[in-house]
Amino acid sequence: MTARALINVPRKAKRGDVIEIKTLISHVMESGFRTGTNGKTIPRDIITSFACTYNGEEIFATQFYPAVAANPFVTFYTIATDNGTLAFTWIGDNGFEVTQEAKIVVE
Amino acid sequence: MEKRLRLVAPALAIVLAAIASLAFAEIPLSQRRSGYEQMSREVKAMQDDDTSNPASLSVLDGEALWTRREGSAQKSCADCHHDAETSMRGVSARYPAFDAAKRRPLDIEQRINLCRTEKQQATPLPFESRDLLALTAYLGKQSRGMPIAVISDDDTKPFIEAGRQIYARRQGQLNLSCQNCHDDNAGQKLAGVELPQGHPTGYPLYRLEWQSLGSLQRRLRNCLFGMRAEPYAYGADEYVDLELFLMWRARGMTVETPAVRP
Ligand code: HEC
Ligand code: HEC
Repeated sequence: MTARALINVPRKAKRGDVIEIKTLISHVMESGFRTGTNGKTIPRDIITSFACTYNGEEIFATQFYPAVAANPFVTFYTIATDNGTLAFTWIGDNGFEVTQEAKIVVE
Repeated sequence: MEKRLRLVAPALAIVLAAIASLAFAEIPLSQRRSGYEQMSREVKAMQDDDTSNPASLSVLDGEALWTRREGSAQKSCADCHHDAETSMRGVSARYPAFDAAKRRPLDIEQRINLCRTEKQQATPLPFESRDLLALTAYLGKQSRGMPIAVISDDDTKPFIEAGRQIYARRQGQLNLSCQNCHDDNAGQKLAGVELPQGHPTGYPLYRLEWQSLGSLQRRLRNCLFGMRAEPYAYGADEYVDLELFLMWRARGMTVETPAVRP
């Protein structure tokens, strides 16, 4: 099944407000250190990076490592500056790439 | 000496009887607490906000499966049941429910698979498979906030009773019963963990230890492992009877599906 992401961005904010952004994505985050029932190592399959842009400008970025739990949840803050689009991108092993957007109205 | 013993013996018998009756007392309805109430602030926050509850991702999967045509009948659940928000409202809250054809209760997973095999003419979904969990979570969500209301009548009573007997029976290498932990010692610590009363209010739920969604049967399997008893096979009658008893024991409590547990 395709990866699912849930994004929580306030639909509206006042200019200058500090807003909280929450993101959640479905991913097994297989560490690469576990052994399967056949005795073989289960290959690593993780998300390696996550970034958020606000009207094209990067406002948050982070890297993930094998110790991060399944279905990573990331929350961070930014200042509401303008109307526009927040874009979220997760990149990982085996060509994993998901981008999702959210709109915000700033008054 | 002999005289004293004669006095002590009845006193001891009374004390023992008191302990025994305490040990087998069911938790009064008004004192039942969901496992939710024992969780840390952070884990509660995860369950409370759908956008931080990882089980929401499975609910979305379930919503997609609801409208997918399956099997040689090429029918989707929605083709027959239409909008789940109305047709499935309150349904999970009264499962396991008695099935007249099978002459026994079915849990919600078995009920879904019955529609898969008989109405969609598709293969049943394996227990704990991603798709079955997703559909169960999606249906369960339609009962969220509603009171648990399994039916106790002439049909179901023998099965509730069978479940109660498994619940009360000591088993496994540690010679423990479910009741020993979840009635007699609920609220006490087992290693670092506070023993919950063991109510099935949130299933299927996202368990942080599992890093995934899991069914009530998976939870029961875990407890049986903990007791060093032999777990039943998935779908076994014993599990369904236990599920029915647990739901009956939790009657009137609020459905939290899909919940989060540590
Ligand atoms: C061809 C029509 C049809 C399809 C397709 C179908 N169902 Fe059903 N379903 C029924 C009917 C009819 C019943 C009522 C009981 C019976 O006749 O078996 C029912 C009963 C149920 C019930 C029990 C409801 C209750 O009130 O106890 C559930 C749960 C359910 N279906 C879920 C599903 C799911 C999930 C799917 C898709 C995987 C599905 N059904 C697909 C026709 C269908
Ligand atoms: C040795 C003590 C012990 C025994 C015996 C035991 N359990 Fe549990 N059970 C636990 C613990 C501890 C948890 C909670 C685990 C956690 O959250 O870390 C639990 C959790 C549960 C839950 C989940 C509650 C929730 O909030 O989701 C249910 C249901 C349950 N047990 C039922 C049973 C049944 C049925 C049996 C008998 C087959 C049983 N347990 C036997 C210790 C026990």
